[in-house]
This record gives sequence, structure tokens and C-alpha cells, in this order.
Amino acid sequence: MISLDQVQVGDTLPTLSYDVTSTTVVLGALAARDWRPMHHDHHFAVERQGVQDIFLNSPNQGSWLERFVTDWTGPKGRLGRLRFKMRKPIFPGDTMVFEGTVRAVSVDDAGCGWVELDLTIRVGDVTCTESEAKVAVPTSPDDNPWQRHGDDWRP
Amino acid sequence: MSETQVRECDPNLPDDVQALIGTLQYEEVGEFPVERGYFWTSAASVENGNPLFWDDAVADEITDGPVAPLMLLSAWFRPHHWAPSRAVEKLPLQIHFDLKARFELPEAIMTENTTIFHEPVRPGDLITSAQRLVSVTEELDRRLGTGRFWIIDVEYRNQRGELCGIERWEGFGYRRDPA
Repeated sequence: MISLDQVQVGDTLPTLSYDVTSTTVVLGALAARDWRPMHHDHHFAVERQGVQDIFLNSPNQGSWLERFVTDWTGPKGRLGRLRFKMRKPIFPGDTMVFEGTVRAVSVDDAGCGWVELDLTIRVGDVTCTESEAKVAVPTSPDDNPWQRHGDDWRP
Repeated sequence: MSETQVRECDPNLPDDVQALIGTLQYEEVGEFPVERGYFWTSAASVENGNPLFWDDAVADEITDGPVAPLMLLSAWFRPHHWAPSRAVEKLPLQIHFDLKARFELPEAIMTENTTIFHEPVRPGDLITSAQRLVSVTEELDRRLGTGRFWIIDVEYRNQRGELCGIERWEGFGYRRDPA
């Protein structure tokens, strides 16, 4: 588990690489209760949507990004915000590469420690998804961002 | 951290669409109490080994018991694919589908999401969601076809009225250009 004093602007997160299959896409869509056919029906995706195959749905991309961030922070890391822009769909057969860099480190007026991250999901040389995350991490060994509520939690 | 950029709204929107901008719609209680099985299915779908979701002792120590993976938030307002006495499929993010129909744009994709997380969702919670249309652009030409971008906010609260999160979705409704 990391704490705020261990983080500096410019730090990079350990890269995550994952080979996407049709199962990845379908499992991710169903896990998010997303029944839309472009995430499980190849013919619909190709013939109706004009793309090459079924593709990862939005909430599942968010779940991958959440996992990527908390792999790094450990379980006391608590996401405050996550933004992601999907520039190109991610298909079965793609190898997703997650990369991240620390853009800012701060402590807010309530004493909560924040790390802001620039994230990408890349397939080959193409950046498919651009993302920014704001995650709270402990400021000391006995601090726990998950214990913040109401005015003490300002994401 | 920057917010989702709101594209310039079409100044000539039809009156019925213009009237919906900023209006809270579709306030609905989730169709089922939050259940922990989804936590595991979601974590498994992305091979997320965070012990918060797999180790009760860790969850008790850090989060006072199990909490849902945060990006599972929208799952709690997605309707069942089928339910008895429902003649027409009920759709999530209904404003998105309303706009597709209103502008006769048969296809659509989501292009951007921003979520702000507040109180964590826990097993047994009953989540109420409400949607608000933020903006709709003019028709634009893009690689997929010709259509409009729109932004919809969704607010989620638990049964105690506590804010669990706010999602901002950007979608692009389009018709494919003739080949």
C-alpha cells in the first residue's frame, strides 16, 4: 500500500498488459448489466454499428481503469473521480496496455491526500482511451480515506 | 482534474428538446437491492484482486464491511432485460434513447464518462437514480456517420438519501452515411 509521502509528480504506474478476447467483452458487459447487443452480438456490431467486432463497453473500461489504479495504491486507495474518453473501440484480439503518470499530489483543506493521474489504454501505437483519475491515498499509517464522509470527503 | 467538456449546444434545438435541458427526469428506484454477487462478477471480469472485494477481514478493517467496486455504480440502475408484465424492453439511460428516437438517429455509442464517487454502495442498498439532459449539439459529420453529441448526468442516492455518485455521460447518436 502506498502513502502520499511516497508519491511524486512524474512517477509512473506499473504497466498492465492484457489480451482481450470475446469472453473479456461479454463478461464485462454482463457484469455491468449492459445488455446492448454491440457488446455480445458480432453481426449487430458489424452490420448495424459499422465496426469490426463486438467491443468493450464503457462501464467495463471504467472497471479496468479502477483496477489499474488500485493495483498501484492498494486497498486504502479510494477513487474520488474517474474520467475517460473513448477515442477508438477495443476489440477481441487487441492487447490493451494501461499506462499512468502522476500529474499532481496535494492535501485538501479537510486533510485528505490526493493523487491525480493521467492514464491511457493503448493498443499497439494507438491510444484508444484517455483518462484522468483523482484518487485519495493515506497521508500517514493510521489515515484511511474510506473513513471520510460528508464534508471530510471532497472528490 | 478537468471535467467533461460540454460541446456547444445547438442554438436551434426544437422547443420540446430545449425544454428538457436541466430538467430532472426518470427518477427511479433500482429494480433490486444491491447484491454482493455482482461485486465478485465485476471484479472477476477485470481480474481485480483488490482484497476489499475478496477478503472480509480486509473489508471490515478498511471499509467497515463489503463495498461495491466503484465503477459498478451504473449497474444498479440498469433494468432487467426482461420482467413479467413488461411488454416493451425497459432501457437504461432513457434520455439517450429518447434523443435517438427524437432525432431519428438509429445508432449510438457512448464516447466519454466522468464519475464522481461519494458514499460507497453496500450490499442491501436500494439505489435511486435520476437523469438530467445537459446539452445537445448540432448535427456533425464524424467517422461513424452524421449525428449529434449529447451529455446526460445521472445522480445516484442510497435509501438514506446519501449521494453515492454522479455520472456524466457523453453519447453520439448517428446515422451511418451511405457507402
